[in-house]
Amino acid sequence: MGKGLIEVFLEYWPIFLKGAAGTLQYAFIAVFFGTILGSLVAIGRLSKSRVLHAIIKVYVTVIRGTPLLVQMYIAYYFLPMAFPVMNDIFSKEFTVVLALIINSSAYVSEIIRSGINSVDKGQTEAARSLGLTASHTMTKIIMPQAIKNILPALANEYIAMIKETSLAGTFMMYELMYTRTLLANKYLFWQPLFIIAGIYLIMTVVLSWLIRMMERRFAVSD
Amino acid sequence: MTETNNVLIETVDLRKDFGDLKVLKGINEKIIKGEVVSIIGPSGGGKSTFLRCLNLLEEPTGGQVIFEGNVLDSKSTNLDLHRQKIGMVFQQFNVFPHLSVMDNITLAPVLEKKIPKDQAEKEAMELLRTVGLDDKANEYPRKLSGGQKQRLAIVRAMAMHPDVMLFDEPTSALDPEMVKDVLDVIKKLAESGMTCVIVTHEMGFAREISDRVLFIDDGIIAEEGTPEELFEHPQNPRTKEFLSKVL
Repeated sequence: MGKGLIEVFLEYWPIFLKGAAGTLQYAFIAVFFGTILGSLVAIGRLSKSRVLHAIIKVYVTVIRGTPLLVQMYIAYYFLPMAFPVMNDIFSKEFTVVLALIINSSAYVSEIIRSGINSVDKGQTEAARSLGLTASHTMTKIIMPQAIKNILPALANEYIAMIKETSLAGTFMMYELMYTRTLLANKYLFWQPLFIIAGIYLIMTVVLSWLIRMMERRFAVSD
Repeated sequence: MTETNNVLIETVDLRKDFGDLKVLKGINEKIIKGEVVSIIGPSGGGKSTFLRCLNLLEEPTGGQVIFEGNVLDSKSTNLDLHRQKIGMVFQQFNVFPHLSVMDNITLAPVLEKKIPKDQAEKEAMELLRTVGLDDKANEYPRKLSGGQKQRLAIVRAMAMHPDVMLFDEPTSALDPEMVKDVLDVIKKLAESGMTCVIVTHEMGFAREISDRVLFIDDGIIAEEGTPEELFEHPQNPRTKEFLSKVL
């Protein structure tokens, strides 16, 4: 069996800490830029253009219907091969992050779309009947109400992303799961797994708790 | 030709389909400035759809809606600008729950008419006073009763200084004891000279305040006339049948 869990943790905690920081950072980048991209996708989805609708539907269906790991491999190996210019501009690390962002954007666009759809149609009608422009209706009437549904769902997406980023370790990126590879070189095979699981659990449980607090605050203002 | 100049809203062969369902089958109607017109008729007959076509909340399938000489259902028309002059009150109130009573009223004038906020608020307070809600200015709509919400919705529309007010069954979602308060507000408005088009199931009310009553059934105006003509001496058998059920 070798060393115990506590012993390993006390000896290598800086490695785990760096890994956890990497995980939080990659998940944040993915959701942050995924939200920007996802918002654009959602706006396209709400527009009246049928062509745009069809393109977006395919985009969302393909991204949500295929494994993230496959998307990461395509971004990592295929894209720089198909577009050699990417090698000059981006690091290999970026291609994996790009896959995370694109993956997140598909989920976020659906979160935003359903958040907007959750606002009663009468709100739009009342706003438009007062002569509010379409953009004012969206920014002053619909979004402030939709945001109560969107923010907690985005936070949940962040939690999901924290777990999903574990796949980035496959590409030698320094996140929590990658610490397993590092410590395996020191003949530590089982201890890091439980420590890693424990750290993931702490992160997701704490974040879930924060989300519940946020939802409760929104509920009060209803 | 003076009569044409006084026409506020005109519909020409107005038609509306929902899929295969023909809801409006060609309505020609003129609303005159200052007129109070009630629209009655059986559910599903097209009266709400007709009203909602007047400010293009429903996009007509065919025909025209002409408001103050402007064809509304035309691509070149700035619809938002005309809608500012067409107030609308909904069955479900549709007040903005995330805004205070005051902000519900001042939002559109400040945003779209660029009225200074303090001036808009001053005017809003006066409007609130007229409907007995001045003590609620800083409350949020969740604290209001249905009748209060509807009165708020009415003054919210009034704050834009519309040339006409459209009412879509304004009392149908209210508890019975709240109906009178809302009807009183509408009545005061009608008596002040505001042009009103009111879809309603309140026959007594329609009879009392209207200059003209339209009976819409099966997508057409089956009969129209003064309240007396329509309620006392209906000509169309369908009008007779409808009135015998509701009166």
